This record gives sequence, structure tokens and C-alpha cells, in this order.
Amino acid sequence: MKFWLPAVVIVLAAAGVAVSRINEYFFFAAFVVLTYVVLATAWNILGGYAGYVNFGTSAFFGVGAYTAVVLFKWLGAPLAVQIAAGAAMGALLGFGVGMLTLRLRGIFFAIATVAVIFIMETLMINWRYVGGATGLQLLRPEAMAPFGSYTRMLFLVMTVMAVAAVALARYVQTSWIGRGLRAIRDSEEAAEASGVPTLRLKLVACVLSGALMGAAGAPMPMYLSFIEPASTFSLNYAIGALAAPMIGGTTHWLGPVVGALLLVTIQQIVTVTISSEINVLVVGVLLVLFVVLAPDGILGFFKRWLRASSR
Amino acid sequence: MAFSFDLLTEALLFGVLLGCFYAAVSIGLSVSFGLLDVPNVAHPAIMVLGSYGTYVVASHGLDPIVAGVVLMPVFFVLGILIYRFYYESFEKRGTEAGVRGLAFFFGIAFIIEVGLILVFGVDQRTVQAPYIGSSLALGEYRIPYRMLVAFGVALVLTFALTLYLSKTFTGRAIKAVAQDEPALRLMGVNPVRIKQWAFGIATGVSALAGAMLIIVGPVEPALDRLYIGRTFCVVVLAGLGSMTGTLGAGLILGISESIVLMFFGASWAPAVAFGLLLIVLGIRPQGLFGR
Repeated sequence: MKFWLPAVVIVLAAAGVAVSRINEYFFFAAFVVLTYVVLATAWNILGGYAGYVNFGTSAFFGVGAYTAVVLFKWLGAPLAVQIAAGAAMGALLGFGVGMLTLRLRGIFFAIATVAVIFIMETLMINWRYVGGATGLQLLRPEAMAPFGSYTRMLFLVMTVMAVAAVALARYVQTSWIGRGLRAIRDSEEAAEASGVPTLRLKLVACVLSGALMGAAGAPMPMYLSFIEPASTFSLNYAIGALAAPMIGGTTHWLGPVVGALLLVTIQQIVTVTISSEINVLVVGVLLVLFVVLAPDGILGFFKRWLRASSR
Repeated sequence: MAFSFDLLTEALLFGVLLGCFYAAVSIGLSVSFGLLDVPNVAHPAIMVLGSYGTYVVASHGLDPIVAGVVLMPVFFVLGILIYRFYYESFEKRGTEAGVRGLAFFFGIAFIIEVGLILVFGVDQRTVQAPYIGSSLALGEYRIPYRMLVAFGVALVLTFALTLYLSKTFTGRAIKAVAQDEPALRLMGVNPVRIKQWAFGIATGVSALAGAMLIIVGPVEPALDRLYIGRTFCVVVLAGLGSMTGTLGAGLILGISESIVLMFFGASWAPAVAFGLLLIVLGIRPQGLFGR
């Protein structure tokens, strides 16, 4: 109840806001913030709980986005189908990346995931159907009844996805899966020797994380009315998804949420008030500051309180 | 494009030159990551920083290679500072340095990249030198002088480092730190100081690598992203920390990339390094010329 009541309240509030008369720009910015909440939460399932650093968030995100575009162009599929398919393709890619964890750890795993981004990007650049390197203009469908614009609807959809992602991460954390992943993070050999099914757990984490990232990418083409490989597979998604949990705290599901809300909100404000280059600098600087000075992130400051309220 | 023997020869020739260049830009990483186990994802970004440094120094009328050599001591000190900071923040604290150490270098790479964008903008930059723009006619093949220069510097750099690591006391100590740190400590050598020195050398070498990067082609701030794949591909393929292996791995990558470039087109070339890297990591993570 402690989790679900606020969750329902948040979704209802978002629905209320979406049909209100608030300035359109709010939805434009909030959509990006919520996307990062999903990405950071997804990243944390593998990176925070299991300790496998995934630099390849952009690959999953981009695969989700391109899946959505292909379905939209080919069948004119509705948004819900696009998101489901994006999640499925993300899960598939997650399974493949999960198989890599069989042999690779630490920096080797991280570098391998970077490789996945560039390979996916090259594939899309050379695929004419989705516009190749120049990209593809997309005609958004009409907004549905209660919503004034398509962006407002996307905002609500993303809110629901963010709440769902956090609920999933919270389930993973509190269930036997989370306990197993934490054991892997502390010592994979010890976990394996104690009978923890390490490979199965890592695969579960990779698939869940990949599915959420793919789902987060699916609405992006509709949001931009455009898709193009360089920005879709941009490393900015990878660093954002990694920085948010590091800033918020990686051990608790709330960490990536706090980190993403804080980081991306600052970024959005900086983009508007200063420049879009500085906004990437903000991530880099905050990331370095937090990993050096506050290893447990913002939640580290509230450790005692969190432990008392136990999840 | 149709297959022809002439094209293949040309691709091989170009691939060898390119390969030596790739070996040279990877050799710093081969020391910092291969020998010292520092997850230096920022290596390509530091190198691009070296390219811009070369651009600035060379704009005062200096030859780009001389400019790169001039920058080496500055980068040496920079490397010592970075390692010192990394050591104090992560290695010293021991456990769980992995995830945060990686994130740290990833963040550094982004800071350098955006810093360059803020100062120089996103436009491509080039340098001027007599050997840039002309090429050597060798029978029916034309070899750009700039590639030959990079080739020469690459060979000198590789052999100099190989000699340094095998003949001098400090060089051997660096290799020893990679093999058995506690043993080195028992011999009365401070491993942290050795590592700091070695990281300084690795970073110093990156300045020269950066100079070659801007000699070989135009440079932009985001170029480091592509070189994450190329440098790590070479270092992993070489087997961590092997200097001659680095040369061999560089050649393998250079020739593969040049063949793909020639027969499939430029749009596929960036994937070669990453694809090769993924294959090596998946099949033989210890590399081909492993230590």
C-alpha cells in the first residue's frame, strides 16, 4: 500500500495535468525527464543491483525506437503496439548481452556494450527502409479525445511507463531475484558456490533491463516526429542512464528516480537558459563529483531513514 | 564494387599504414589499461584533447609532430594528476572501485569532450604541414605522405616503448607491477609511484598520438567515441599489455577496416572495430598475443 497508493496518485495527477491548460512546453520537457526515469531505473536493475556496468543504454533505447518506426511505417501500428514491440526487441537484445556476461565482467562487459551501440547504429545507417543516415520524417496521428495534443498524451503514457518500471524494479529488489543479484555484485564466485543460479539471474536482469529501455525508446520517434541514427544512438542516453542512479543511489529503487528527476530537470533548465552543450557538461561533472565524494548517492545521506522504513 | 586484385592490393597497403597508426593511438591504453588495469575509458578523449592541443601549438607555426612532442611533458603531468586522483578516490578505498571507477572515467571523457565543444565549437579542425595533402606515387598506387608520417612515428613510438619497458629499471618495474604487485612491494619499490609514473607515460604518449590523429585527418570533439572501439579493440586483441602484440593487433584492425572500406563502403567501416572487439571479447578475451 505504501508504494501503490502514491503510484496511483501520481498517475491520476499526471492525467489531470495532461488535460489541463498548462503550457505545452511543460509536457515537452517532462516527457524527457520521465524517459530518463525509465532508463535509469532499467539501468539500475543490472548496474546497481548486480554490479554489471552497462554503457550501452543507447543501443537498447535506439532498438526500441527503430522497432516502433518500422511497425508504424509498415503497419501503421498504434502506440501501445509500438511500445510492446520495442520492449520485446529490447528484451531480445538484453538476452544477447546477458549471454556476454558469461565471459565478461567489469570493464570488458562495459566496453562490449558500447560496441553494441555502434554496431546497431551502423546497421540502421545502412538500412534504407528506415531512412538510412539522413533519417525519416514521421506524420503523427491525431491526438485522442481528452488530450489537447499528442505530446500531452505521450506525457501520460510515459508517466504510466515510469511508474510501471519503478514497480518492476521495486519487485526485483525486494524479491529473491534482488537478493541473488546483490550476492552476484558482492562476489560472483561465492554466490555461485552457495548455489545461487548466477547465469539465470543475470539473464533475468539483462532481459528486464533491456525490455524497459526498449520500451522507453519506442515513443521517442512519435515525440520528435522524426528519427535519425546519430541522435537516437547518442551516448548521451548511456551517460544519463548511468549518471542518474550514481547520483541518486544504486542500492534502492528510489535512487535512480531521485537521480533522474534531479539531473534531467537541471539539464532541461540549463538547456533552455544557457545552452545544450552545457547540459551534457552538467551530467559529466555531477557524475564525477558524486562517484568521488558521495559513493552512496543522495540516498546515502538518508540511509538510516530508509532502513527504518524498510523499502 | 566488384572484386579486383588491384583493389585488394591497395586495400592491403593502406591497411598496413592504417594499422600502424591504430597501434600507435592504442599504445597509451595498452600501458594504462593493459598493464595497470586502470579502466581508462577516457583514453580516446585525452587523445583528442592532444589533437586540439597540437592544433593550438601548431597554429603558431610549429610542425604538428614537433607540437605533439612539446605537449608530451604537459600530458605526462596531467596523467600523473589523473592517476593520483583516481588512486586516492578509488584504488585506495579498495572494494567496489569497479563500477564507480568506470563511471568516473566515463564522466571525465564527457567533460573533456564538452569542454572542447565549448572552446572550439563542433567544427572539424585540421593542421597544415608540407606532408599533408600530397601523396607519394608508387607505381600505380598513391600513398598519402601523411599516412607515411604517421606510420613512421607509430613504429618509432612502439619500439621506443618496447625497449623502455624491457631494458630500463623503471620499465621493468612497470611490467612487474602488472604481474605481481605484492612482490614488488617486498622488493622495496612503491607500486603506487611506479603506476603513477607509468600512467604519466601512457598519457604523455597520447599527446603524440593526438598529433598523429590530426595529421591523418580532420578532428572534431566527438571523435573519441569512435576511437573507444578502435583503441580497446587493439588492446584487447593484442592481449593486455603486450607492446608487439599491439602492433600486430593494430595491423589486423587496419587491414580489416581498409578492406571493408574498399569493398563495402565508408558507412560500414565504423562497425569493423566494434564488431571485431565484440568477437574477440566473446571468443578469446585474453587476446591473440596474450601475456
